[in-house]
Amino acid sequence: MCGIVGLHLRDPQLYPQLGRLLETMLCQVVERGPDSAGVAVYGDRRRVPEGHAAVSVLSREREALRAIPGAVVTEAGDTVVVAAPAEPAELVAAVRAADPAATVIGAGHDLAVYKGIGHPRVLAETYDLVHAQGWQGLAHTRMATESAVTPQGCHPFSVGPDQCLVHNGSFANHATIRRELAAAGHVFDSENDSEVAARFVADRLAQGEDLDKALRLLCERFDGFYTLLVTSGDGFAVVRDAIACKPAIIAETDAYVAMASEFRALAGLPGIAEARLYEPDPERVYHWTREGVTP
Amino acid sequence: MNEPVVVDLATSSVRALNAELHAPGAKSYEVRSPQGAHAIAAGVDSEITVDVRGHVGYYAAGMNDGGRITVHGNAGTGVAENMMSGTVRVTGDASQSAGATAHGGLLVIEGSASMRCGISMKGVDIVVGGDIGPMSAFMAQAGRLVVCGNAGDDLGDSIYEARIYVRGTVGSLGADCVEKQMRPEHLTELRDLLAEAGLDHDPAQFRRYGSARRLYHFTSGNTY
Repeated sequence: MCGIVGLHLRDPQLYPQLGRLLETMLCQVVERGPDSAGVAVYGDRRRVPEGHAAVSVLSREREALRAIPGAVVTEAGDTVVVAAPAEPAELVAAVRAADPAATVIGAGHDLAVYKGIGHPRVLAETYDLVHAQGWQGLAHTRMATESAVTPQGCHPFSVGPDQCLVHNGSFANHATIRRELAAAGHVFDSENDSEVAARFVADRLAQGEDLDKALRLLCERFDGFYTLLVTSGDGFAVVRDAIACKPAIIAETDAYVAMASEFRALAGLPGIAEARLYEPDPERVYHWTREGVTP
Repeated sequence: MNEPVVVDLATSSVRALNAELHAPGAKSYEVRSPQGAHAIAAGVDSEITVDVRGHVGYYAAGMNDGGRITVHGNAGTGVAENMMSGTVRVTGDASQSAGATAHGGLLVIEGSASMRCGISMKGVDIVVGGDIGPMSAFMAQAGRLVVCGNAGDDLGDSIYEARIYVRGTVGSLGADCVEKQMRPEHLTELRDLLAEAGLDHDPAQFRRYGSARRLYHFTSGNTY
């Protein structure tokens, strides 16, 4: 069992409240995953100033990271967010050069990813989630089944530019797909089965597929139980396996699309009484794109 | 009629609510601010009336034995699971496994129900005003399932003896579930069930499904 919450804002007036809303949602799925929690926020200018790219890392060499030219470095527990006026790939290279032992847990144009182990409510405070701003975010509370409880094993898995994947469930054939991806040159950061799904999606997106197609291919290739929430630099998508025993509920209003493992995580959202509430059908990809933004 | 006792879950716990409902000091209760909490009004075992104003989480009205429980909103996974007797009504939609393993009583879902509605039902009557999701009535053993809308794929897979009535389309039938003739006694029981649920559809618009009874015994012919 794990808990998933995600919020894709349509109304810019809600951007300053993203973190507060996400924290309220996260705290309602604590019992579903008390081991650890991870959060991703898109567009938080406190950590990723305008015109900057950002790389989120698990690193002990914080002085070395601060020495990166132009770097704006903020810390949140185990996580360090390094922003700089550069392209994400360049900044990832600079971060790896500064700390070869660091684990990169997210990179993109306006994405910050936080990971840590412990009580999700405490971690939300560590991440200062309540004050985060932005246009999209997601969070995951983990009850580990497939790999160790470490910051590296936390969701979201962000292995492509501005991409994130969170998973409730377990994959049966992840080791096979891991070997195939490794043979094709992908390098893994953890033993986690969900990381395999994230690398598979990133691989398909890198080959030019869109999020919708990549997730339909995932349904064909992966065997097991899953409710997935996958985000990109302009998109927000939900998919469940054919049996769909891992819960999911979606709420849509003119102001947002929200997804959570359970309704109680949505109960505190503004205008929820008038929202369109529904459960995603099995093996159907639900996909929303940020309006007015070209990828 | 006496005014119901109001319990507001914004200020009271589900545990305190359920403790009161298990040893009721009143005949009628109104529950406010449910906020999707789990196990609301689970384990009621007397003929009390409970009205829940809002959406509930998992296992609402589970194990009900005699209560008349209405959720004025949507219900999460396993509403009225293992009900023994009484009535549970959901005015909105219900999530997965509504009425799972329930032995008796009547579950009415005015909206639609998600996957696995009536899974392993053991005697309950379930009436759904809208649609039901895939894999409903899986291994159903006894009782009646009435669907006024459409049914998803694999309806009645591995069904034993429950009777299923569907007014709309069926995505597909599961293993050993077949369409059966609608005889006069079926039209009569369907009319009664619809009336009990407060719906006025014409029973003649429904089709009946049930077990072909080919999976009762292990034989080499049971491959499919």
